Amino acid sequence: MKLQVFILAILVTLTGLHASSAVAQGNGPLRIEITEGVIEPLPFALPIFEAETPNSQAYAQQISQVIAEDLKGTGLFREIAPSAFISNVSSFAAPIQYADWKAINAQALITGAVAVQGNQLNVKFRLYDVFSGAEMGDGLQFTGTPEGWRRMAHKVADAVYSRITGEGGYFDSRVVYVSEAGPKDARQKRLAIMDYDGANVQYLTDSSAIVLAPRFSPDGRRVLYTSYETGFPRIYVLDVGSVQRRAVETQTGTMSFAPRFAPDGQTIVFSLSEGGNTDIYAMNINGGSVARLTSAPSIETAPSFSPDGSQIVFESDRSGSQQLYVMPSRGGEARRISFGPGRYGTPVWSPRGDLVAFTKQNAGRFHIGVMRLDGSEERLLTASFLDEGPTWAPNGRVIMFSRETQGAQGRSTLYSVDITGRNLRPVRTPEGGSDPSWSPLQK
Amino acid sequence: MKLTKHIFLLVAGLALAACTDAGRFGANGSGAGGAGAGGANGAIVPGSANDPTSTAYFNQTVGDRVLFAVDESTISETGRTTLEGQAQWLLANTDFTAVIEGHADEQGTREYNVALGARRANAVREYLISRGVAGNRLTTVSYGKERPLEICSNEACYAKNRRAVTVLAGGLSS
Repeated sequence: MKLQVFILAILVTLTGLHASSAVAQGNGPLRIEITEGVIEPLPFALPIFEAETPNSQAYAQQISQVIAEDLKGTGLFREIAPSAFISNVSSFAAPIQYADWKAINAQALITGAVAVQGNQLNVKFRLYDVFSGAEMGDGLQFTGTPEGWRRMAHKVADAVYSRITGEGGYFDSRVVYVSEAGPKDARQKRLAIMDYDGANVQYLTDSSAIVLAPRFSPDGRRVLYTSYETGFPRIYVLDVGSVQRRAVETQTGTMSFAPRFAPDGQTIVFSLSEGGNTDIYAMNINGGSVARLTSAPSIETAPSFSPDGSQIVFESDRSGSQQLYVMPSRGGEARRISFGPGRYGTPVWSPRGDLVAFTKQNAGRFHIGVMRLDGSEERLLTASFLDEGPTWAPNGRVIMFSRETQGAQGRSTLYSVDITGRNLRPVRTPEGGSDPSWSPLQK
Repeated sequence: MKLTKHIFLLVAGLALAACTDAGRFGANGSGAGGAGAGGANGAIVPGSANDPTSTAYFNQTVGDRVLFAVDESTISETGRTTLEGQAQWLLANTDFTAVIEGHADEQGTREYNVALGARRANAVREYLISRGVAGNRLTTVSYGKERPLEICSNEACYAKNRRAVTVLAGGLSS
């Protein structure tokens, strides 16, 4: 067993050097190259996890289902219906009949077991590369509380996704967004937080004041956002655990908005409008002096830090229309990076550092797109009446954004899309949703 | 802070009802003022639209708003006429202060539109100051694209949403 794992590891490493085909076929090792743009989803079999204790039956069922939903939701995997199974996995410990799974063309097989003991939930799983006839990576066990069963399912799915794609996972993550109800001219907005897949929605504010554009702190425990609760846009910081919030002290007599955390979790940057002019400023979240990062008569807003904290990408209309610029994080000379037709806004630096996601307006349409930090390789991923506000999944491979539909009945909905432009899908929320911000992977 | 709350309520009321409630800041604030047109037989109903010192008069007769071209904050010719009237009125009715709300249509990203609304509100404020209104009577706020008046998704509605509205406050002491 150990040897097989070792051999497989080498094979995976080797294929990493090739520009391998989208889905490993035949006897090749199990591998998906996400950047290639997968045409054919990889088929997997996931027999319902074994219930090791009498009271774990329902958990086993639900956990298996969430894992399958996570994997299918990526568009990279396809679940083989259990009705097609030849052999069943009666016990987590039983040897795998590879031929039976090969016969139904399952390339990956995921088995697991669930046990509940007191207030403790244990979830174990193993991943098999059917065509290589070997286990892929070691079996893993996660322990938590029964209420946390969804998170444990996401962790299993993250491990499977990670092993097969070679990318970091993103299922065990949360999204803070603005929940929206009512018509366009009387829209009620409140902050909400949910699991990445729309489960476990919790409201963080009431809808008595307009709230805009929440952003997670680097550890996912706090949220910065803009609220009109005083009648004027001001920046607030909210603790997700206690749901306590406080105003961040900025200059009186000004409007402040578009706040974002620096990777240090202490510094924030934001926009401040004074005398009709909007610039970008930085300060410590606990107060103190405010540093002005831009000084132009134009609009400078929507800042976003590079993952190493050394640079900021932002939007400015200093050229006459909204465009993207990059400057040192302490301010200074900015270089323009967007040059295509139309207007560019809401830049967000990828957590991998390699790309910036943005909103583009051109010829009456809105797009979510990505480009490199030098402005090259611009790629538009979506097109609609109004798409805006991208946020990155923790692995930098998926983007969530909001889409508002046209007209008097217009409604805002969250969507996600791969950076290849594939797998565009709505994220189900109880009400409308806008301005999503994706958390880092939970610890 | 209290003042701010009042302003906010008034703003909300205006957005929804397009300012038919003259009573709130009118003298006595009786239901009669709310009739708006009022003043039949030439009698001036305090607080109604034909009481030249009322907010209703300011909103309806002087005109409380100016409109802007796409992505612009330049005051148009029509806008200047309206603002001349606003300045005259504010100079004659010195008990009032005003919050100038800047708004944008939905065709823009959210935070940019907040900044654009701030520009529009400030353009109005600067104009009123240039006509002699004291700056400390004029506050600005931007709602970006968050509070459209019209909800269709074409230019007919967008044109009305790209606005700066001068919302009076502080007339209670008269």
